[in-house]
This record gives sequence, structure tokens and C-alpha cells, in this order.
Amino acid sequence: MNILQTIPLNHYIMLSALLFSIGAMGVLLRRNAIILLMCVELMLNAVNLLFAAFSVHHADGGGQVMVIFIMTVAAAEVAVGLAIIVMMFRKAGTTDINLFDTLKW
Amino acid sequence: MDTTEFLIKLILVISVFGISLLIAMYSTYAERKVAAFLQDRLGPNRAGPFGILQPVADGVKMFMKEEIIPANADKFLFIAGPSLMMLTACMTGVVIPWGGELTIGRNTFNLQITDVNIGLLYIFGVVSIGVYGIMIGAWASNNKYSLMGGLRASSQMISYELAMGISIIALVMTTGTLSTKEIVEQQSSWHWNILYQPLGFLIFLVCAFAETNRTPFDLPECETELIGGFHTEYSSMKLGFYLFAEYINMFISSAILATLYFGGYNFPFIESWGLSPNAVTIIGTLLFFGKIFFFIFFFMWVRWTIPRFRYDQLMNLGWKVMIPLALFNLFITGIITLWRNGAF
Amino acid sequence: MTLTVFYLLSALSVFSGLMVVLSRKAVHSVLYLVFCFFTIAGHYLMLNAQFLAAVHVIVYAGAIMVLFLFVIMMLNLNLAAEAQKTPWIKISAVILSGLMLLVLVASVKGAEELSAAQPQNDIGLVKNIGNILFDKYLLPFELISLLLLSAMVGAVLMGRKEPQPQNE
Repeated sequence: MNILQTIPLNHYIMLSALLFSIGAMGVLLRRNAIILLMCVELMLNAVNLLFAAFSVHHADGGGQVMVIFIMTVAAAEVAVGLAIIVMMFRKAGTTDINLFDTLKW
Repeated sequence: MDTTEFLIKLILVISVFGISLLIAMYSTYAERKVAAFLQDRLGPNRAGPFGILQPVADGVKMFMKEEIIPANADKFLFIAGPSLMMLTACMTGVVIPWGGELTIGRNTFNLQITDVNIGLLYIFGVVSIGVYGIMIGAWASNNKYSLMGGLRASSQMISYELAMGISIIALVMTTGTLSTKEIVEQQSSWHWNILYQPLGFLIFLVCAFAETNRTPFDLPECETELIGGFHTEYSSMKLGFYLFAEYINMFISSAILATLYFGGYNFPFIESWGLSPNAVTIIGTLLFFGKIFFFIFFFMWVRWTIPRFRYDQLMNLGWKVMIPLALFNLFITGIITLWRNGAF
Repeated sequence: MTLTVFYLLSALSVFSGLMVVLSRKAVHSVLYLVFCFFTIAGHYLMLNAQFLAAVHVIVYAGAIMVLFLFVIMMLNLNLAAEAQKTPWIKISAVILSGLMLLVLVASVKGAEELSAAQPQNDIGLVKNIGNILFDKYLLPFELISLLLLSAMVGAVLMGRKEPQPQNE
């Protein structure tokens, strides 16, 4: 039995939209750079969920492969992002995003 | 799922859980006895004959100790840490095939709780979230030494997980399946994976030591540098949970090692003995536990023989030796697989 | 039954997602996000995408979030209270994201329902994903490995301690 016969695709779209908006809200609301990065992860995951749902809806595995690609990109992003944050913290002693507006120390 | 099947599964779950706890309990006793043997001492011999009631006495002592939660600790997370550690330790046993099939009356049932088709990934997933128990507990204690222990645990586990994952990929390339049941069935008679993946086995073994935080990789709880490491602030049964989870992890890692590389419940020439299927299953399960006990003994043997690494040595070993070796193993396995499929 | 499980999982994901944003302590945010990822893995399992669920747990919960937790613990961020934005910015942030949600939902409301393909239960299995990945998407797969390599080199380069300037 296919799951999407009991759960309409619209439900997944709504859930993803909600999670995506929450992530966007976090990006606008917080000042800690690490939390911003986490909120971006949340937004990526909302998209992932939608990809998976559509992949099942169309019976096409391409969507799930795309999710794997997004995960890889997210991993690369986090590795570089956290390295930057750690370096910023060493220089400035804080992870407050508002203090990172100078171009050169 | 009908009622009989449900009951059988229930019995299986409870017995696997009970056996893991029992073996973990007696591992503490065995550890002391092995240590005593290796150091030419007697070991515990007061509680009961040969000190066989020692684990019970230890447990009672643990329960009777005063429960202390530090004033500046994050209370919820302080309790969540050891609980999570115990949970992840007990979760892996689900996909391990403990034996073949038993026939009782007209019902045939499998001595494996569930055969997921991504069993290996499941094991790997549970192992990879196992570090949270340590990290949460370490952070919640609000203690410098705990924090250092937690940091060490997480970086160590992430580093060795990579090599472990790559060695598992090489194994999957030879077996062509992720289901633990099928992996064991492919190793029937003497076709054990250790013969096809000796280097992979070595890497997996070393990484299993690192993942269970056993000596020589017990840097997270290294007494001489960090007091007690991540469990410095813990007392009573919460400390008991951490220590107990370590032994369960050891038991489960031994079971995984035996399943993946040492043929699980298979044994050479068992078919030629002409036994009934039920007897074969029971003997297979007993032999499987024999292999597990051997690995548990091996864990202890190493612990009381080899001194602890320094932290930079540990990282060097992980990143500069284990990962290149694992990649080399993967490469060789790929070439041989292609060659056997007639690519050249 | 399935629908109930879906609603429960969704409520948990949304709740933990909100808590990621609203928690004061960075470590709590991380743990809520881990929980959120587990609920999303639950969604994948319900969609019968088992491989995706396993990889999701291994990559996100097992590696990425451990990295976050590691950095937060290493920088010891729980000591310094995070500076807050001004109330006006906060209110406008909430309104803006609410508007975005509104637009997203509204755009879906008007859309036609796509007809579902013939349901297939086995597309989420490792075998099928692997076939698609190494057949149709081989070039992106190779490119992504280059991306990972460059990210690794970049992270190592940045994480390295800068050589101290020589004092003459």
C-alpha cells in the first residue's frame, strides 16, 4: 500500500512550508552565528522532506538521490561554516553575527 | 501479525535484552578476574563461591550510594545523558541474528528480532548517535574535566567512525547486501568474511575499541589527566548506567564482530554431522556466544596489556593510519570484485 | 492510523523546530534540532524511503550535529549570554517569516493536484537508489565528491593555527 494514498501530498507541502518558514524566522531572529547555521540546516531539511515526498508521489527515485546530494552539500557547508565560525571566534571572542560586519581586522 | 508471532517476538526481545544485561553484569566480574589473572592476583573471591556474587554486590552498592546532582548542572540533560547512553547501547541487539531457525510444533521462527534490509546501516546509525549520551552528560555536568572528556569522546568517535564506515563499505562490496541475516548466511561453513577481508577486519576491530571507549582508546575517561572524564560528576546509579552501558557496548560490538567477520552462528562442517535442524540451530547459537565471549575476553586482554595512547597519537592513528588503510582496503576490494566479475 | 502517526510526527517536528529557534541556550537548540531530524527520519520511514532515513540519521544526527555540539562545547558558549536583537527586529522577523509561510501556502492552494504515478513501494530501497545514482546521476555524484574534497581542504586550512609572526 502506498503511503500517499492515505496522506495527501498537500500535507507534506504544508509541513515543509512550515518548517522552512521556521528556519527562515530563526535566521532573521537570532544573532548567534552557529544557530543561524542550524536554522539553514532546518530549511534544507524541509526541502529534503518535500523532495522525498514528491519522489514517492511520482514513483521516481531521482528525488531521493537529490536528497542525498543536498545532504552532502549540507555536510560540506557545515564543515566550512563551522571552521569560519571557529576562526572568527578566535579573532573576535564572540559568535555574534552583528559584530562580523568589518571587512578587515 | 498474529498473536503467536507477536508472543514469540516478545519473548525474543525480552530474552535478548535480559541476556545482554546478564552478560554485561558478568563482564564486570570477568574483567576483574581477567585483570587478576594477567597481573598474577586472585581477583574478587569473597562474595559467594569464587566471588561469583560480586556483580550483585556491586549493583547493590551502586543503588545505595547517595544521588548527587551538582547545583549548576542542567538537571534534565544530566539525567538524559546516562539514559541515552543505555538506550543506544541496548538498541543494536535488534538486528543481530542470534541463530538460525527453530521449529517447535508447526511454528518455525527466526532467532533474530527483525531482519531489516538495511541492517548494517541501522547498526552504523545507532553507533553514530551513541556519542550523544556522553556529550550531553559531559556538558550538563558543568565541569571542566567533564567537558574535556566529552570533547575527546566526540572527536575520537567521529574520527574512528570514518574508518569504520569505509571498512564496512568494503565488506558490503564483497557480500553485496546490507542485511545482517544474509551476510551470516553467505558465510556458511568456512566461508567466513575474515578470510576475504582480513585488513577490513583489523580496521573494524581497532575502530570498535575506539567506539566503545575501551583502553587503549579510553581517553574520554582517562583518570590520570581528567579525574574521571565525562562521568566525573556522576554518582550512584547514573554512574552505574555509564559503566554498565560500556559493557553492553562491548558485548554488542563483539556480537557484531562475530556476525560480520566470523560467520555468526555458522561453524565449519556442522552440516556433515547429520544433526536435526533444531539441534544445528541450538549448537550454532551456542557457538555464536562462544565467539562473542572470545571477543569480550580479547577486549579485556588488550585493556590489561596495552597502555593508553596520548591524545595526539590517537588522532594520528585515526586520521593518518586507519583512514588511508581503510581506503586502500576499499580500493583493493574494488579491484578484486571487478576482476572476479570479469571486468579485465 | 497512518494519518494519526503523520500528524503526531509533524507536530513533533514543528514543535522541535520552533524550540530550535526559541531556546536561549545554544546546546538546547542543537538537541532540539537533533530531535527534529529524528522526526524527519520518521517521515522518511513512513514514505518507505528506508535508505534515506538511515543515511539521514547517520549524516545529520551522527555527524553534522555532533560537529555543532562539539564546536559549541569547545567555544564554551553557554557562559556568554547571547546578545538579543531589538524588539522591533524580532517582531518584523516573525511577521516576515509568517508572510513567507502565507505566500508558500497560498501558492500551493491554487495549484492543480498532480496525478500520482502508479505507486511503487520499492523505490526507496538501496538497490534502486544505487541504480539511479550510478546510472543517471553519475556526473553529479563525481562532482559532489570534488565538492567534499574542497570543503575538507578548506576546513583544514582555516582550522589551522596561523603561524606566529617572528619577533626580531
